[in-house]
Amino acid sequence: MLLPVFWMLSASLKDEGDVFLVPIQWLPDPFRWSNYPEALTFQPFWSYFRNSVIVTGLSVVGAVLSASLVAYAFARLRAPGKNVLFAILLSTLMLPGEVTLVPIYLLFRNLGWLDTYRPLIVPSWFGGSAFYIFLLRQFFLTLPTELDDAAKIDGANLFSIYWRILLPLTKPALASVAIFSFFSQWNNFQAALIYLNTMEKYTLPIGLRLYLSSFGQTHWNYLMAATLVSVVPPILIFFTSQRYFVEGAALTGVKG
Amino acid sequence: MTTQTGRARRRISPLLLREYIAFYLFASPWLLGLLVFTLGPMIASLLLSFADYPVIVAPKWIGLKNYVDLFTDDKLVWQSLKVTLLYSLGAIPMTLCFSFFVATLLNQQIKGVKIFRTIYYMPAVISGVPVALLWMWMLNPEFGLVNNALRWVGIKGPQWFFSTTWVIPAFIIMNLWTIGVTMVIFLAGLKGIPDHLYEAADIDGAGPWSKFRNVTLPMMSPIILFNVVIGIIDSFQIFTPAFIITNGGPANASLFYGLYLYNNAFKFFKMGYAAALAWLMFLIILALTGLVFRSTARWVYYEGSLIR
Repeated sequence: MLLPVFWMLSASLKDEGDVFLVPIQWLPDPFRWSNYPEALTFQPFWSYFRNSVIVTGLSVVGAVLSASLVAYAFARLRAPGKNVLFAILLSTLMLPGEVTLVPIYLLFRNLGWLDTYRPLIVPSWFGGSAFYIFLLRQFFLTLPTELDDAAKIDGANLFSIYWRILLPLTKPALASVAIFSFFSQWNNFQAALIYLNTMEKYTLPIGLRLYLSSFGQTHWNYLMAATLVSVVPPILIFFTSQRYFVEGAALTGVKG
Repeated sequence: MTTQTGRARRRISPLLLREYIAFYLFASPWLLGLLVFTLGPMIASLLLSFADYPVIVAPKWIGLKNYVDLFTDDKLVWQSLKVTLLYSLGAIPMTLCFSFFVATLLNQQIKGVKIFRTIYYMPAVISGVPVALLWMWMLNPEFGLVNNALRWVGIKGPQWFFSTTWVIPAFIIMNLWTIGVTMVIFLAGLKGIPDHLYEAADIDGAGPWSKFRNVTLPMMSPIILFNVVIGIIDSFQIFTPAFIITNGGPANASLFYGLYLYNNAFKFFKMGYAAALAWLMFLIILALTGLVFRSTARWVYYEGSLIR
């Protein structure tokens, strides 16, 4: 499982020619550390990186805030039509994105949003994804309603029950949602490909692609170095927040 | 609960009315999103699928022509369906078996098992473009790790992504490396099987195989079903690796359905035709998952306490 990653690391530190040696050279000889600064300036890597941080950051905030608001409504408030809406929410999970791909593109095009980050960020602010709403709702349901009642007696309104009482208790589930939406945005290739045209606006997934065969020969050592740097943020987040993954998976109740 | 609604029907108190309004206010981000990004586009997409729309001129109603073309005129539709189904038939069972196997191993109470869980999950974290780039290199016919290893044992490795026969297996192998999500879902399921079932089996003198066959498998069958359905949906939506690694080649041997749809919309600007392709895809996914669900009576076991 780790071998490919090790091999990638090794290739990223090799001389250009050594990458193509047969049989394989396991350890670089010599270690060519300068590949990294070279690879990261060979393409405007840090510009891609910054753009990815902006797009991902704004999407994650939007997804967490809006999904938790909606989840609170579904978990705690009564209203006519709620059950129907919940069924619709769940059924949108089954709808492949391709069905809405073309009209949404045309919509953003008419709004003059092509080649901006808005098509990548704005949808996250409308509930993020049905999956996030469902996950948070499941978590809200595990919190005792006595909390709400006590706050109500103290004169708290519904928004402050959500914001001051429940949200602080929901941190693990919020973290799961933040992490899931971080990964989906950081790795989002298709939307970036469709909506971003100018190179200065490229995010990492489409920027990395330009390391392939730009001007004929692909510099595999540079490509590997840049790819490795691009996966540092997700891997760091993964290692610091692992437990939320398993909890997230368990929460969505795939048990039945 | 029943008394509450009963009272509500007679006379809605101002307090309850405020709660109704609050529900719709709190849910409004999603409700708006549902209209603007889901229901509206679904209707638009359905209408577009009956139109010719090359973006630069206004859409023109052409009735069923897109669908007729799809079934009679366009050989690439069948090619992309064939590619996608071949891939699914290989990838789904192999991914399920492998990730189930790994999850079973990781469910043992052994020191250091957490490290392995991390390692097996990690590739899922770096999914998308980095994984595609890595495997392009891993499966390079000349310099890749896989063919070098094969050469070491005296086998001449295939051309993988450059061969019409080996390109689909290459994608399947790549997919096996990113089983993290499936594995975690299996692991959560395995941890949810109550110990007393195994204890009862022990008392009955069941061996490990019999315990696996008669306790683990039936208890896990709903989760297997879940992963089969997700697997089908995912296969039809494969886009990034195909676009990056082969762009459908060689000779359309890896023209995945999702890629062909993208090409029609954003390369040929046949928006109406792409919408028709999307609806066909949706119908196929519904039909396939419907078939899977219909078969469940025979192999999926639901224990009362497990149904939410």
